[in-house]
Amino acid sequence: MAGALGVEHYLAVSAALFTIGVVGIFVNRKNIIVILMAIELILLSVNINLVAFSVFNGDLAGQVFALMVLTVAAAEAAVGLAILVVYFRNRGEIAVENVSVLRG
Amino acid sequence: MLLIAFYILSSVVVLSALFVIAARNPVHSVLWLICAFFTSAGLLVLIGAEFLAMLLVVVYVGAVAVLFLFVVMMLDVDFVELKQGFLSYLPAGALLGLALLAEIAVVAVAASSRAPSGTFDPKPGAATNAEALSKVIYTDNLLLFQLAGVVLLVAMIGAIVLTLRSRPHVRRQSAAQQTTRRRKDAVELIDVKPGQGL
Repeated sequence: MAGALGVEHYLAVSAALFTIGVVGIFVNRKNIIVILMAIELILLSVNINLVAFSVFNGDLAGQVFALMVLTVAAAEAAVGLAILVVYFRNRGEIAVENVSVLRG
Repeated sequence: MLLIAFYILSSVVVLSALFVIAARNPVHSVLWLICAFFTSAGLLVLIGAEFLAMLLVVVYVGAVAVLFLFVVMMLDVDFVELKQGFLSYLPAGALLGLALLAEIAVVAVAASSRAPSGTFDPKPGAATNAEALSKVIYTDNLLLFQLAGVVLLVAMIGAIVLTLRSRPHVRRQSAAQQTTRRRKDAVELIDVKPGQGL
């Protein structure tokens, strides 16, 4: 079947999403909110990858794993944003470059 | 038909992901992120993984993206200043992205010699995808499922502990104090005789 939807299509999309996420972390070095969003993009690409493999191989383990990744992504976003709010309260800015002043 | 829908959805996903990292205003970034999540849920529906797709909408769009929106709007930050380094970091980022893409292209070229896998089965041995998934989650992976609950609980408590602050100088309404207050504590009746002070 030449014109069929294959696992390769999904791997290509998830690879593109992953690359965009990594580049987003590098490009937005100052804005930690966008860095967190880029991390969410990377986790989304991982999820797409896991689900694609799971569906095209007929094995549900990949979807269970995607469920776990989703959980961890939600937890990570909540804790990350909470840390961000505390940091903003203490310093009145969120520029990531100055985070190293916390170092002893 | 499936392929056309796939190409439309995937191009929307990639474009909105690009806008997420390139948008000047973080609120726009969050909105593009929501768009990316929605369209990738569509991508998952396309291959029949409906349960994960709905979960993506509920968790990512309903919880994570709204959390981002809240934080972006709560923090009073000069976002123009934060965008300053964008162009100076762009060459390094673009180089890294090109390197990653080149590696992926090498793998893709190597993999394209294989015959494409055209068949997919999102629900082996069950009526629906959700049913098939539930049969696996609640039996073989029960421990994993409960661990996910523990992870969420820890994250919730962690976020609350981090952001909770007690402000001792703020005077708050104390309902207990209000309701236990009696008439004799507040009012005193005094007989004032005429012609005399107190």
